[in-house]
Amino acid sequence: MSTAEIRVADAGDPQPTEKLTIAQAVRDAMADEMDRDSSVVVLGEDVGVDGGVFRATDGLIERFGSERVIDTPLAESAIIGMSVGMAATGMRPVAEIQFMGFVYPAVNQLLGHASRMRNRTRGRITLPMVVRMPFGGGIHPPEHHSESYESMFLNSPGIKVVVPSNPYDAKGLLTAAIRDEDPVLFMEPKRIYRAFRADVPTAPYTVPIGKAAVAREGEDITLISWGAMVRVCLDVAEMMAREDVSVEIVDLRTLNPLDRETMLASVEKTGRAVVVHEAPRTNGFGGEIAALIGEHLLLQLEAPVLRVAGFDVIFPAAKNENLYLPNRDRIAKAIRKNLNF
Amino acid sequence: MPRTQIYNAVTERLEILDPTGIVDEDLMPDLDPDRIREIYRDMVRMRAMDEKALKLQRQGRMGTWPPIKGQEAIQAGVAHAMEDGDWLLPAFREHGIMLLRGVPGHLIYAYWVGDERGSSFPEGVRVFPVAVPVGSQWQHGTGVGLSLKLRGEKAVAVTLGGDGSTSEGDFHEAMNCAGVFQSNSVFVIQNNQWAISIPLHQQTAAETLAQKAHAYGIPGIQVDGNDVFAVYSVTREALDRARNGGGPTLIEAVTYRLGDHTTADDASRYREDEEVAEWEGRDPIPRLRHFLEARGLWDEEQEQTQQAAAHAWVDEQVAALESMPPQDPSDIFSHMYADLPPHLAEQMAEVLEEVGS
Repeated sequence: MSTAEIRVADAGDPQPTEKLTIAQAVRDAMADEMDRDSSVVVLGEDVGVDGGVFRATDGLIERFGSERVIDTPLAESAIIGMSVGMAATGMRPVAEIQFMGFVYPAVNQLLGHASRMRNRTRGRITLPMVVRMPFGGGIHPPEHHSESYESMFLNSPGIKVVVPSNPYDAKGLLTAAIRDEDPVLFMEPKRIYRAFRADVPTAPYTVPIGKAAVAREGEDITLISWGAMVRVCLDVAEMMAREDVSVEIVDLRTLNPLDRETMLASVEKTGRAVVVHEAPRTNGFGGEIAALIGEHLLLQLEAPVLRVAGFDVIFPAAKNENLYLPNRDRIAKAIRKNLNF
Repeated sequence: MPRTQIYNAVTERLEILDPTGIVDEDLMPDLDPDRIREIYRDMVRMRAMDEKALKLQRQGRMGTWPPIKGQEAIQAGVAHAMEDGDWLLPAFREHGIMLLRGVPGHLIYAYWVGDERGSSFPEGVRVFPVAVPVGSQWQHGTGVGLSLKLRGEKAVAVTLGGDGSTSEGDFHEAMNCAGVFQSNSVFVIQNNQWAISIPLHQQTAAETLAQKAHAYGIPGIQVDGNDVFAVYSVTREALDRARNGGGPTLIEAVTYRLGDHTTADDASRYREDEEVAEWEGRDPIPRLRHFLEARGLWDEEQEQTQQAAAHAWVDEQVAALESMPPQDPSDIFSHMYADLPPHLAEQMAEVLEEVGS
C-alpha cells in the first residue's frame, strides 16, 4: 500500500471515495477537467467511439462530444504537432499516444517543438499540453507494445515526465498535469491499469508534480522506483520483512523535475539504495540516480548503489518478456548483495 | 467487369501579371492603386532587409541568414490577403511575411543573430516562431486551424514552407488531418525549386506539388509565385473559404531561390548560372514596378524615395538590433518551465557564479 493510499485511508477524511483502477482514475481525471475547463480536449487514435484501447477514455465522447474527444487519423506526429498548435492558441489538449513504443514518429514534435516553445519565445508562447502514453511490459502483446523510453525524454529538457503507480496518484497527477502550464509526458503503467483498485476521491484533487512519495517506510535499505515496478518493490518489501530486512520504498512519481530531497533523505537514513526500473540499464535513469546519490551521500553510503533494470536488449517478444522484466527475485538478490557488501 | 474511372483530377494554375508588367484584366483582384503601391513598397522593404542581412553577415554582425531574394511576391501577396485575426506559421525563409504580419524587423534580425528574444513577438502578434525542423510547422498549421474552428473564431491559420518540406512525413500527416478535420487552414508551399542542392525533380516524381492536394481531398492550386496579383487572388479565395467553414487549401507558389540556401551555402556548386540568370529576369519586384509605371502609378522619383525610405528603415532596425541590451545569463534557465525547478536553480547559480553576476 502506498502512502497515497494510506493518506486517504488515515486522514479520516469524510469526502466520498470510490474504488477505482488506474485506467478508471485516469479517465475520471480527464472527465473532471473537461467538465471544469472547456478548453480541455482529448485527442488520439481510438480515444472517441472506442473509448481507447485500454478504455482510459471510456464514455468521454458520449459526455463531451466529438469536438472535444477527437478521434484522429493514425498519425502520431500529427497528434502531437496538432496539439502544439492547439495549446499555443488557447486550448489544453490531452493527447494520447496509444503505446509508448509508437512514440518515435512524434519525437520531432515533442522534443523539436513542444519542449522548446516556452524557452525559444522567452515565455511568449507556452504549451499547456499533456501527452499520455501507456508504457512498459507485462501484458504479453505483440512487438513495440512494451517499451519504456523515459530516458530519451529525461535527457531532453523542457518536458515534464510523470509516472503514477497507483489509482490515487494517477488521478491526482493527471489532474495536476492538465492544469500545468508546460508540456507533461504522462506515462501510464499499462501492466497495472486494471491490476488492482484503490480508494480514489470522487472530487477533483491534485497530487503535485515534482514530489516523490515514500510508498513504504523502512530502515535498512531504500528501493527507488516508479510505475509498475513500485508494485513489485512493495511485494519484495513484504518478502524481505520475513527475513527481518526493513525496506523503504521511494516512488518517484515525477521523473522530471526530480524530487531529490525525498529520495536523498531516504538514502541518507538507510545508507543503502537500489534503483529499479523497466527501461534498459545502460544510460537508464537509474544511472543518473546513482550518480546523484554518489554526489550527495558518498560518505553516508554503506554500499554502492545498485540497479535492477531491463537488460540492454530489444524488449523480448511475449514468450520471453519475463526474462527481461525486473522481478521479485532479481530485486531481492540486489538487496542482499547490497546488504552483504 | 470493365475497369472504370473512379477519380479524375485537374490541377489549375493561375497567372495574372506577366514578366513585362502586363496583366490579364479579367483576373485582376480588387486592389486599389494605393494598396498596390503599398504592396510594392513592402516588397522593396523586404529586399532591402535581405540585402542588409547579407552585408551584416559578411561583416560578422549577423549569424547564418537564409535569403528570401526572389520570393517577395509570395510573402507580400499572402500577407496582404490575410486579415487581422489570422495566424501565420512560418518555416525559416519567411522573414518578409513575418515582417508584414507584425514582427518588428529588428527582432527578425535578432533571431538570426542568435538571440531568443527575436522569437518573443509583441503581444497580439499572431505569428509562430521560425520552425527550423523542416516540415514540422505544417502540423502546427493544422492544429491552429482546428483550434480556430473548434473555438468558433472566424480566423485562419496560414502556414508556409518550402518545396523540400513536402517530402517530409509531417507534410502528409498535416494535409491529411487538415482534410479530415476541415480545419481553418491555408497551406502555401514556396516552391523555390531547390532544397539546398536538391532540385524539385529529385524531391518528387509528381509533376506539381499542388496536385498532392487531391490525395487529401482538399482543393489545391498552383500559382506563379513571382506574380503578386495571382498569389493574392488564390490566397484570398482560400482564406475566404476556410474562414467560412469551407476547409483547407493547398497552394503551390512557384518561384525561384535567387540566393544561396543560406550564407553558409554556395549554390554555384550545384546549379547553373544560366538558370539563375533566367530567373533573375522574372524577378517579382521589377515585374510589379513595370505594372505600376505602365499605369502611371509610379515613377523614378517615387522609386528613389522608396529605396531611400527602405534603406533608412533597415538602418533603424539594425540600430535597434545592436542597441538591444545583452540577455541576462540566467535567461537560458528562466524560461524552461513556468516555475524554475530546484535542479535548474542550482545550475543557474553555477553559471551566475561563473560569469560573476
